[in-house]
Amino acid sequence: MLRIEGLHTFYGSIEALRGVDLEVSSGEIVALIGANGAGKSTLLMTICGQPHAARGQVRFGDDDITRWPTHEIIAAGIAQAPEGRRIFARMSVLENLLMGATSADPQHFESDLTRVFTLFPILKERRDQRGGTLSGGEQQMLAIARALMSRPRLLLLDEPSLGLAPMVVKQIFRVIQEINEQQRVTVFLVEQNAFHALRLAHRGYVLVNGRVTMTGTGRELLANPDIRAAYLEGGH
Amino acid sequence: MSGARLFGPAWLTEGVKEALLQALVALILAVPLIGLKTVQEPGGLGLQTRWPAVAIAVACVFVGRLLLVIARHIWPPRPKAAHSPVVAARIRRFVRLLGPATIAFALLLPFLPFADRYVLDVSILVLTYVMLGWGLNIVVGLAGLLDLGYVAFYAVGAYSYALFAANFGLSFWACLPIAGALAATFGILLGFPVLRLRGDYLAIVTLGFGEMIRVILINWSSLTNGPRGISGIPRPDFFGVPFNPSPAPDASAFHTLFGIAYSPIQRVIFLYYLILVLALLTNLFTLRIRKLPVGRAWEALREDEIACRSLGINPTNTKLTAFAIGAMFAGFAGSFFATRQGFISPESFTFLESAIILAIVVLGGMGSQVGIVIAAIVLIGGPELVRELEEYRMLAFGGLMVLIMVWRPRGLLAFREPTIRLADFDRTARARSEPAATVP
Repeated sequence: MLRIEGLHTFYGSIEALRGVDLEVSSGEIVALIGANGAGKSTLLMTICGQPHAARGQVRFGDDDITRWPTHEIIAAGIAQAPEGRRIFARMSVLENLLMGATSADPQHFESDLTRVFTLFPILKERRDQRGGTLSGGEQQMLAIARALMSRPRLLLLDEPSLGLAPMVVKQIFRVIQEINEQQRVTVFLVEQNAFHALRLAHRGYVLVNGRVTMTGTGRELLANPDIRAAYLEGGH
Repeated sequence: MSGARLFGPAWLTEGVKEALLQALVALILAVPLIGLKTVQEPGGLGLQTRWPAVAIAVACVFVGRLLLVIARHIWPPRPKAAHSPVVAARIRRFVRLLGPATIAFALLLPFLPFADRYVLDVSILVLTYVMLGWGLNIVVGLAGLLDLGYVAFYAVGAYSYALFAANFGLSFWACLPIAGALAATFGILLGFPVLRLRGDYLAIVTLGFGEMIRVILINWSSLTNGPRGISGIPRPDFFGVPFNPSPAPDASAFHTLFGIAYSPIQRVIFLYYLILVLALLTNLFTLRIRKLPVGRAWEALREDEIACRSLGINPTNTKLTAFAIGAMFAGFAGSFFATRQGFISPESFTFLESAIILAIVVLGGMGSQVGIVIAAIVLIGGPELVRELEEYRMLAFGGLMVLIMVWRPRGLLAFREPTIRLADFDRTARARSEPAATVP
């Protein structure tokens, strides 16, 4: 579904991605793990065309979307819950969800709304509250729900566990699994929380200094001693 | 230490210290501001010192501060209670009633007993700024793009009416859409180079743009008549029927059409209703567009541009529409200004105008339509009310603005009504499911 080949991205003269190859097949959950500054978020942003890649190719389905403007990429069926959640703080929960549906057909709006309210019942309770008054976990749920409102085929999640309590992280990851299994949405997940991410994911990639250094099924990577040493020891 | 208890309780000692400090600051400020006065002397300018005045000022600050400290001790400030939802709901209901009540009052105003020429003139001025505030609110309040050069579009509207009416003899109603379209074009012209700018940088560029338009108006003498301005701009007529005290025998005038006696105030009343309708149209447009995708995209853009991009909103189009539509309303208001004044010159379109319009939007509480009306009344009508204070007028006015910002730092009416509630969907869903429910 998503195929990335030899992707290079620069910020000015800094090369953030140094030739990334990666593939996400339909129906999968794929996790990308790596340390701070490895280029994880840059990869997600490059998929969305912000910034555009300097070299290499991003293919989505049959289309080469490498040079497409962002809004066309989103309209093609990719949605992103950006890093740091970035919900619209002064707008109500319902308005946030409405903004998520910008590129979707309006006739699906009500059924999509019911769908995300079933996934996140708390959002239904809070629907008329300002986004900025939600707790961190609720904001993350809103960010995911907002991304789902565009009926994506591929959902990109940038650090959904960032700054959340362990209980909430568990809840969020359970919903991601539900979205994948029941709603048949392919998920590409960027995480620092390697343990949770790899347990959830079918497959994983490890990104180090802008290069993919390792790949395998989630279980393989979890069992790998190098990964354990680099990303799992001490934390969990 | 016992030294701290020289006289009276500790709070008083603290208070005296505080007052002394304030008096010191007052002294530093008062020496150059009050203590020195330049006077004309035979050999040029001379300095006169006024030490007693300085002493009085410093003493006033000391005593005033001390009284404040004592007052604070006797009536300690109550801890700020959180806004209870009941009070918030009551305020909201009040504001919702305030809108229609104000409109009803505005519609009746010319026929109220106290509405003389002066009251109407001030009202027209206030309404012009209400309209400009509502127009700028689209750009600043909704889309969150800080525009310090809004007066440029006002100028474009005014000059386009003046030039089209003078050179081609077009009527006000024909010129109005032209002025709006021209101003919108200038809005897009400004919008393109600043698409990537935000916040302070955007403000500086728009400030420059406003000045550029003014400088062009001054220097392009062959078109705009330079600093001398354009005079003899046609006054408005009543949809083709002029306001004319002595029309030609075969022509009609406003008063003969309605069979009433001629009075110069008829034209003023017409102008009043004209700007009222234009302003209400601006308001209606804003209220409607807030509920449409483009209006909601403006607000989302104000909240977070990156999130907007990630949701597939095209920020370029969103910003340009905001600039263009905001500018269009300034163009309409400019046309009205030109026809009302009968004379325009670049002097009417200085940065101060932009600043006043922006102050109305900010003071009103960014994005609040009713707040802008109140702010316009306070900012434009206020200086008129305190006209008797003469040279202290601007001082009183400045004090008023400071008080508003202390009392309500986020503007007079800062809360924002959501544009949509779930009830709207429930209602449509119920309406759809009702026929099915009747089937047994």
